[in-house]
Amino acid sequence: MNIPENLLYTKDHEWVKIEGDRATIGITDFAQHSLGDITFIDLPKPGAKVEQSKWCATVESVKAASDVYAPLSGEVLEANTELTDHPELINKSAYDTGWFALIKIADLGEKSRLMNSVQYKEYVQGLSK
Amino acid sequence: MQLIFEKSRPGREGFKLPEIDIPIASDMPAKYCREQPASLPEVSELDVVRHFSNLSRLNFSVDTNFYPLGSCTMKYNPKFTEKVASLEGFSDLHPLLPQLLGGGMLAQGSLEVLYNIEKLLSEITGMSAFTTQPLAGAHGELTGVMLIAAYHKHNGEQRKHVIIPDSAHGTNPASAAIAGYKVVVIPTDKDGFLDLQAYKKALNQETAAVMLTCPDTLGLFNPKIKEIADLAHGVGALMYYDGANLNAILGKCRPGDIGFDVMHINLHKTFATPHGGGGPGAGPVGVCEKLVDFLPISRVIRRADGTFALDYRKHKSIGYIAPFYGNFGVILKAYAYILSLGKSGLVEASENAVLSANYCLERLKNYYAPAYGKSCMHECVLSAEKQLEQGVHALDIAKYLIDRGFHPPTIYFPMIVKEAMMVEPTETESKETLDAFIEAMIEAAVLAQTNPEVLHQAPLSMPIKRLDETKAAREPNLRWQSK
Repeated sequence: MNIPENLLYTKDHEWVKIEGDRATIGITDFAQHSLGDITFIDLPKPGAKVEQSKWCATVESVKAASDVYAPLSGEVLEANTELTDHPELINKSAYDTGWFALIKIADLGEKSRLMNSVQYKEYVQGLSK
Repeated sequence: MQLIFEKSRPGREGFKLPEIDIPIASDMPAKYCREQPASLPEVSELDVVRHFSNLSRLNFSVDTNFYPLGSCTMKYNPKFTEKVASLEGFSDLHPLLPQLLGGGMLAQGSLEVLYNIEKLLSEITGMSAFTTQPLAGAHGELTGVMLIAAYHKHNGEQRKHVIIPDSAHGTNPASAAIAGYKVVVIPTDKDGFLDLQAYKKALNQETAAVMLTCPDTLGLFNPKIKEIADLAHGVGALMYYDGANLNAILGKCRPGDIGFDVMHINLHKTFATPHGGGGPGAGPVGVCEKLVDFLPISRVIRRADGTFALDYRKHKSIGYIAPFYGNFGVILKAYAYILSLGKSGLVEASENAVLSANYCLERLKNYYAPAYGKSCMHECVLSAEKQLEQGVHALDIAKYLIDRGFHPPTIYFPMIVKEAMMVEPTETESKETLDAFIEAMIEAAVLAQTNPEVLHQAPLSMPIKRLDETKAAREPNLRWQSK
């Protein structure tokens, strides 16, 4: 299971990479693996306001459609539109080319509700027991 | 297999038109005319007959093979009900007739069927009244939630959300959302039941309704169902019963007695009428006393002189939800089925449905991990988690069963069970059929250990081999195009 150390995580298996007041978000390797081949994605539009733990995107795989929740509140600056035609990038590279959106962070304090890589790893291991 | 377009040969004809003996003229403006002739297949009559005869032989149905598709109750549909539904007195009746002045007297038999089945369904479920209008289960759900909304509105209340467990059929949250409610999802506890703590926390004055399936999609009957209903009523919320799994409890317990206020029944499941594609379906909705006034119009009433009529004077009604009176042919078949089985027959049907499922569970539990518990109701949920260690998924086992002549069980539902396989054998299958299916399932489990590649390649015996479902979803190819 690939869980990069430099990212923060949610219980719903989203990751966030914080750089200054910007954050890149996506879903984890564990999430893409559980979903199976992703076939469709509905991304937030630039300018949209997203709220921590609230809906920000939908991914559909051969098994099911799942909501993706924003790990932090903020305004969407850019969405990875490449995913619309190539949703397989999420399966191939969940943390890199499979990123979902870049947001301008509204409240960095919300970071305290996220897990670091060690905590997330423990959390994921607990799930498979 | 070739498409009929691929069988086309230039100049081949199925019939000859007589010579045109009048001048060719058309008033059709040129802009509406085709630039090129339509690309229709050029085939002989025999080509057409063979093509469709052979296609029809590829049909898979309950009439040809075992179909244990969990949650769908694919029981055998007895043929006498088709005969009843095709009686001229019913089938030739114009649906507008009872709405015309005096026309109702020419449709007394059909009105009586509608009136009587409402009474029968009410008796079976313990509800006060039914409408037979909803055209399918999901339509029934939406109608039910609209009745709940009408009730709260009538009481001057603005309730905002509907509580639904995470094991629910997807139609439950969809119906609640379409009706304008927020959906609050409650997790399942370690025993496979609604997490009571989380439920109590979510339940408040803003709860419009709690939607439950019982037995639920895990095939389990919740022993705390009465407590759950009482808690909901305590805050003024209504209880919605998803009747998808009613086949498990006929004559054993009644949703109305438990405290459910609204419910739908899938006639095409419990009452043996054809399903979806071969349907149409029917999803009658039953309500408790306090919701009767809100039912959709028209209502079938019995006048003092014993005749039947349609009543539209219901000012609290949510109005029209379907043209005419629902899928009357389906209702008629269900009515015939209920009358033919009678009280004892219906009870026996449920008992045998539960017995069949438990037999499958018992014989398969050492090969596939049961999702929850030691016994089940009308369906059992198994997991291919053990097989996953060999890289074999529920999907591979499902495909292998196709090769063995069985329709696969429902897979990957309920979504809370990893590699779920949901088997619902129904009461209409013999022990020999169940045994043959169980043997095939056991063989798949053995192959997963010894030769998983066979499972990955299945099905091999079908005209179409393993489909690339990902490619089909990412690059759908929906129509034939000439090269």
